[in-house]
Amino acid sequence: MMPISQSVIKKDHLAKACGQAMYVADYDTTQMLQGLILRSPHAHAKILSMTYPPLPEGYFTVDYRDVPGINEVHIVKDDTPVYADATVEYIGDPIMMLVGPDERELERLLAQIEVNYELLPAIIDVRDGDTAFFDYHFGKGDMDQAWAEADQIFEECFETGYQEQAYLEPQGLIADYNQGKITVRGSMQCPYYVHGALAKALGLTPDKVRVIQDVTGGGFGGKEDYPSILACQVAVAAYKAKGQPVRVIFGRREDMEFTSKRHPSRCTYKAAVKNGRVTALDADVIFNAGAYTTLSAVVLQRGIIAASGVYDIPALKVHGAAIKTNTVPNGAYRGFGAPQTFFAVEMLMEHIANALDEEPLAFKLRHMVRQGSVTSTGGRYHFPVPLPAMVDEVRKMSDFEQKRQVYARQQTGTTRRGIGISLWFHGAGFTGSGERDIIKAVTRLHKLADGRVEILASQSDIGQGIKTTLCKIVANELNLPLDQVSYDNPDTDRVPDSGPTVASRSLMTVGELLRRAAIRLRSQWQEGVEQTVEEHFKEPDFVIPFYIDKFQGDAYPTYAWGVCAVEVAVDTLTGVNEITGTWASFDVGTPIDLNIVIGQMEGGLLQGLGYASMEQLAADQKGRIRNHSFSDYIIPTAMDVPLMKVQLHVEAYPDGPYGAKGAGELPLVGAAPAYMSALEQALAGPINHIPFSAEDALKLIRQSRRA
Amino acid sequence: MNQGIVFKLNGQPVSYTGSAADRLLDVLRQTYRLTGVKCGCNEGECGACSVLIDGHLANSCMVAMGRVENCEVTTIEGYSQTERFQVLEQAYAAVSAVQCGYCIPGMILASECVLARHPHPSETEIRLGLSGNLCRCTGYNAIVKAIQIAAEKGEGLW
Repeated sequence: MMPISQSVIKKDHLAKACGQAMYVADYDTTQMLQGLILRSPHAHAKILSMTYPPLPEGYFTVDYRDVPGINEVHIVKDDTPVYADATVEYIGDPIMMLVGPDERELERLLAQIEVNYELLPAIIDVRDGDTAFFDYHFGKGDMDQAWAEADQIFEECFETGYQEQAYLEPQGLIADYNQGKITVRGSMQCPYYVHGALAKALGLTPDKVRVIQDVTGGGFGGKEDYPSILACQVAVAAYKAKGQPVRVIFGRREDMEFTSKRHPSRCTYKAAVKNGRVTALDADVIFNAGAYTTLSAVVLQRGIIAASGVYDIPALKVHGAAIKTNTVPNGAYRGFGAPQTFFAVEMLMEHIANALDEEPLAFKLRHMVRQGSVTSTGGRYHFPVPLPAMVDEVRKMSDFEQKRQVYARQQTGTTRRGIGISLWFHGAGFTGSGERDIIKAVTRLHKLADGRVEILASQSDIGQGIKTTLCKIVANELNLPLDQVSYDNPDTDRVPDSGPTVASRSLMTVGELLRRAAIRLRSQWQEGVEQTVEEHFKEPDFVIPFYIDKFQGDAYPTYAWGVCAVEVAVDTLTGVNEITGTWASFDVGTPIDLNIVIGQMEGGLLQGLGYASMEQLAADQKGRIRNHSFSDYIIPTAMDVPLMKVQLHVEAYPDGPYGAKGAGELPLVGAAPAYMSALEQALAGPINHIPFSAEDALKLIRQSRRA
Repeated sequence: MNQGIVFKLNGQPVSYTGSAADRLLDVLRQTYRLTGVKCGCNEGECGACSVLIDGHLANSCMVAMGRVENCEVTTIEGYSQTERFQVLEQAYAAVSAVQCGYCIPGMILASECVLARHPHPSETEIRLGLSGNLCRCTGYNAIVKAIQIAAEKGEGLW
């Protein structure tokens, strides 16, 4: 282990442990106004008129007519209105905000607002969708020849459901408009995304917009784009309040029902097999985008680039579409489109292997990419692919072969057991050329006269430990004690735009920029003098330029790798299953802090297992999400996966700091297929959708009894 | 004369003159400004608002003020002044069990309850004791480990 990997006490540990860390809801509210949002009760309707009740002094309304700039939230495409004007597009679409000092009074007044609607036809089921927000095609190799020469063709449709980020701290922001300048602070991953959105909606120049991240209680993607929307709404209210800050803190139900989630998917896969090898893959990937585009384009891109998984398949045809429905807009969630396609490709490989009467793991290993292999987009796997060694590690940890053989025998009794394994990657950093062409990250180091050094960057610590790891890197290069290097929550008035806290990029990309900045500062170091150095992103030379219009080139400079085995025991009377063990090996390059990385891996893995099973969320026929609380949207507790063993396999990445590469998202991405493979073995039947419930298990048990 | 609801808050006698139907969570956060008590769901599911009432773990969002009369209420602000806290805090630090931190005040109080009941807890006793407190970040392993370390280092404290 490298010295830098040795764990330290996290920078924010003590304040959080004592309850002293200030989250946005913790500020004194006596001088603040509260905002409550009126939302559409209809999935699709035209707003004919709105009637506001007489309001007591100190209360006022905010709607689209109050937006001083453009009534659009800048995200990727800007179709999300700050407040609905002509139509409402989903149940929960924000129409207006009622602002005033007392929350109970706000609730009473909000119920008196009358809105007349003309109902319009709504599309709830993605299969009825007729609008593709985004529609992509790419491929490689000779599909026709592979199809013509195939011994067998396999076709199957895989479905995945919603997943709610379920960060423990709900969304919340405070806005204050003073002397021509708007300040928004609160819970967020991307201060400069919020900054850009505010400038547009308020019609202000960038210097008149200030965004500050407060201590943030988890994000997992859920605070990537959503805070831009909420910020615009609260900021418009503050603009109208003229001098009094306005605060909006969501309750859990509002947060679960109306903020972005993981896209539900339908992936129809066809594979051609010749001589026991998959020669061609046709993947049709449909994501339910919801009512506005938000981040669907980029989520879909990452999803379809991973369509063929970790397998070297000579001919590939990929189609991806993000379809509009009149449901809550879906957005970023750890894994960003890849968990959906990895579920499809991993289960397909399992099913083909089963049909060919070959052990799925052996079948998968025969198809695996290696260093130098061509990626789905004609790029290269430039660095060693450590999957075979990682598979061996997981086999040993889990006693995989032995268990797999024992459970393959005819099982009797009420408890049936199974074990499964999955393999995956996560492309490290932004997809394609985003880092080079759009983000253009800038970081600074500011050295004070007394020799202490402050990091100036826009990364948000959302629990992943970036405050600690960035400081470790800089302290290491400058040979300073860790307490001499500091990193405060980003404030756009003070820090340059080093990009958003997304895509497992912060440590790999911004960490490397800071390492270089520290090296430069070291070479220029002058005692007793204040100094500043600045570093700009530069794409590594080996990268094959990526063209998004053709989906050609290196979509990612490098990859993080994952292998996971899951063992289950199913009660055949109730259908309820228990995870009796999970073992995983992850390669995220050099861990910059061992505890932090293991914490990321374990936490992400558990989210992935929840995704596959207990985390069920659905819109009903009217488009309403009814299970919007922790009472009916169940996330894992400490009792659910008592045996979880994670180890790291280190394949250092030369262009990441000390060999580190993207880590945060990886562990979630491929957990579901390992779990489902284990259930398939226990239940002796095929599984092609998640979340997989106890009722689904009973159905499968009945089917396999009949067969 | 109405004396209000008299109870001990972090060791100090206090009298709350508001309604007996008010939520303990709201009163702790707003009236007494003890914001280490977090609100994660407001319906008794997540445990972020955990406090100790006469040494028992309780979701303060589910407790009406009338219920705490003559009780001893301890929040993280009070508990963090104890020797037991120091042991737990250092154990949490040693395994980096704190990520986003939102569940942590509640988790630490849940840890206290585990150790108060089982000074030498089995892993199952720990997991059972934490099962009313949701954490979305850690996967729980680090928190379980922290309690095991605290049990060892704090020998005799519980």
